[in-house]
Amino acid sequence: MTEFWTAALALTILLYVLLDGFDLGVGMLLILMPDERGRRHMLAAIAPVWDGNETWLVLSATVLFGVFPLVYSTLLSAFYLPMMAMLAGLILRGVSFEFREKSRRNRAFWDWCFILGSLVASFIQGMTVGALVKGLPIVDGRYTGSAFSWFSPFAFLCGLGLCLGYALLGAGWLTHKTTQDVQTLAFRLLPRLLGAVLAFLLVIFVYSLTLDLAVMHRWLERPVLFVFPLFGAIVCAAMAFSIQHRRELIPFLCGIAIFAAAFATLAVSFYPYMIPFSVTIAQAAAPQSSQAFIFWGAGIIVLPITVIYTLVVYFVFKGKVTDRESYDDAANSSE
Amino acid sequence: MDTTALLLSRIQFAGTVSFHIIFPAFTVGLAAWLCVLEGRWLVSGRPVYRRLFDFWRGIFAIAFGMGVVSGIVMAFQFGTNWSELSRRTGAIQGPLLLYESFTAFALEASFFGVLMFGRGRVPKWFYLFSCVMVALGTTLSSFWIMVNNSWMQWPVGYQLSPSGVFEPTDWSAIIFSPVVWVRFPHMLLAAYVTSAFCIAATGAWHMLRGAFKAESAIMLRMGLGLAAVLVPAQLLIGHLVGDYTHDKQPAKFAAIEARWKDEQPASEVLIAWPNETTQSNDYAISLPYLGSLIGSMSLTAKEVGLESFPAANRPPVVIPFFAFRIMVGCGLLMLALAWYGRLQIFRGRIETQRWLLIAIFLSFPLGFIATLTGWFTAEVGRQPWTVYGALRTTEAATPFLTTPQVAATLIIFTIVYCVIFTAGVAYIYRLLRRGPVSMSMFDPGETNPKRPLSLPGDSAGASGTVTFPAEEMSP
Repeated sequence: MTEFWTAALALTILLYVLLDGFDLGVGMLLILMPDERGRRHMLAAIAPVWDGNETWLVLSATVLFGVFPLVYSTLLSAFYLPMMAMLAGLILRGVSFEFREKSRRNRAFWDWCFILGSLVASFIQGMTVGALVKGLPIVDGRYTGSAFSWFSPFAFLCGLGLCLGYALLGAGWLTHKTTQDVQTLAFRLLPRLLGAVLAFLLVIFVYSLTLDLAVMHRWLERPVLFVFPLFGAIVCAAMAFSIQHRRELIPFLCGIAIFAAAFATLAVSFYPYMIPFSVTIAQAAAPQSSQAFIFWGAGIIVLPITVIYTLVVYFVFKGKVTDRESYDDAANSSE
Repeated sequence: MDTTALLLSRIQFAGTVSFHIIFPAFTVGLAAWLCVLEGRWLVSGRPVYRRLFDFWRGIFAIAFGMGVVSGIVMAFQFGTNWSELSRRTGAIQGPLLLYESFTAFALEASFFGVLMFGRGRVPKWFYLFSCVMVALGTTLSSFWIMVNNSWMQWPVGYQLSPSGVFEPTDWSAIIFSPVVWVRFPHMLLAAYVTSAFCIAATGAWHMLRGAFKAESAIMLRMGLGLAAVLVPAQLLIGHLVGDYTHDKQPAKFAAIEARWKDEQPASEVLIAWPNETTQSNDYAISLPYLGSLIGSMSLTAKEVGLESFPAANRPPVVIPFFAFRIMVGCGLLMLALAWYGRLQIFRGRIETQRWLLIAIFLSFPLGFIATLTGWFTAEVGRQPWTVYGALRTTEAATPFLTTPQVAATLIIFTIVYCVIFTAGVAYIYRLLRRGPVSMSMFDPGETNPKRPLSLPGDSAGASGTVTFPAEEMSP
């Protein structure tokens, strides 16, 4: 049962990263589109799905809380300040989405909240992963560091890297969902973002070698791990090819595959640890009675249904964004 | 954790959860109201229901969005500020909150997208189904939250492991705890009454302005009609909540009653200033025997006072005492308004009674105030425990958080919440003021009003002067 919940947690986190990843990416890319009509198209491309996407973050948090309370309590309290900043970012981002439409004088303000909120949330998520890879001061399942022990140049770099990665996903989503100038912009950005992400991965790899991180030893112990980066490299090549031929959907799918490969790399490197390398899955797991209680309802019934209706919602909102579908504001309409 | 950091953590949690509860208290009822309107529109085909639906959907969207974003914070704060609580009770609270997010949050957030953007893309039955799913989601959400909070009020079905972890032994005892089944209806009714009064107040407002005659009459009739039934039911359920408190949390009950010493028979303090230093009430007005009657349904029963509990186990008195009285006062006021207003509608006189309409219009905050003060009573009255009788608040906090850290985040949240609260309320106000304008007037090709809230033509209160096509003329 613990295996089931570990897999479920991996799934919810991966879905969060992929889904909210592209809409956070679109949020950051908004800064590159000064034109109001273009901005509306960008926002319309994520409007029906963004709050559903964000739900996966809450689901991940509650799976952690319900199944691995030790990890939940240790990590969230260790990352106190970054978590709170991320939440503030997500709040501002969430409300700006609605408020910019209702605002006339303050639209620029809400746009900035949206862009900065997206940026801060993305950066912190990357930095948190970086801090985990580098290792937190934890003794007997208790955090022993100070308010800023999570910070390191390595973690900072990982934060920047995830921003680039999310922006890549976002641009991929835009080529798929939009037309005209937004799509043109996205196609122009894709090769640059892909190049930047590859450069980042190279830097982080060399940096990890020089830091002699514990994670790197896992790679020597488990050569099978090299399958994922190899897969990622092939997908990157496919992505570059598809961008060149201006295929609309394939760059996004390639972005998804790259993220999945990176996620699998990390997951397999950490296994069986949940907080590398101090708390294992078995140590963190809640008692059997808790796991069974959620398994028979939330686990095997609601989780699959949630995945299915997530798919349904994406199906219902398939197709390109058009002027009609972007936010119409008769009083301000420039169309 | 030092005491300042603990106090700031408590303020932060109380502030964020109070901010959060305002929106679910509103949206749980509004979601059900939207189902009713959509159902009536489908059955009767009268455009007035569709206009009302679109109008309230816009307001629902803002309130829902604010509820979602402020709810995300709650999912994290147990871990960030209360890591010992989540480490020790995570095996029980975690699964309950997991069910909350799985069955409810996911349901709401996904079908909300259909509700807002999908009218033209899905069959009519599926659209109504989506409304019902959103309403079901909000209701289930409050159910799990109430199960969780009721377990903190009266922990059952667990055993303590050697390391101090609360391990669940009997989930049905936790879910079917008698405390849950009085507090969940209490919260649900609070939400419905809150929404009913907001709807009636909006109807009264537009009736006063002489606009939207058909719509405002429906809002007044349905809002007050619902409240006229639900408020008395709520008073009854509230009494049952008081009964459980009397039996299972006697210290909280004594604090609510500001009863310092054991009394037999006990009097009921109607109003006073509880003085925590002298352990007595200043300026008290009390009625003899009534305390025993309320507490035990007897004229002679002995009622325990705070002195029966060790000083370290006593809750603060002032907040529960006043919060409870404000809540009851709001309830009685709402009862009077609902009954009298409904009577006047029945006699067909409500449109001419401006002072009554003004009173109903001004009553919109009553439900929110009653809900918030009810929670203050329940939560402050539970102190000094986080899990009643089992885990103290001082033991529940994250041990290594420092005052500057919590102060920093408290400032951030204060600023962010002030900004979004001001903006959110301002936008809701603008929508309410504009009234149930027919969307099709501004959107000729109306098959799919993507953004019902985009305030078409809203140039400084244009709403009041717009003339509306008669109901029969609309498509």
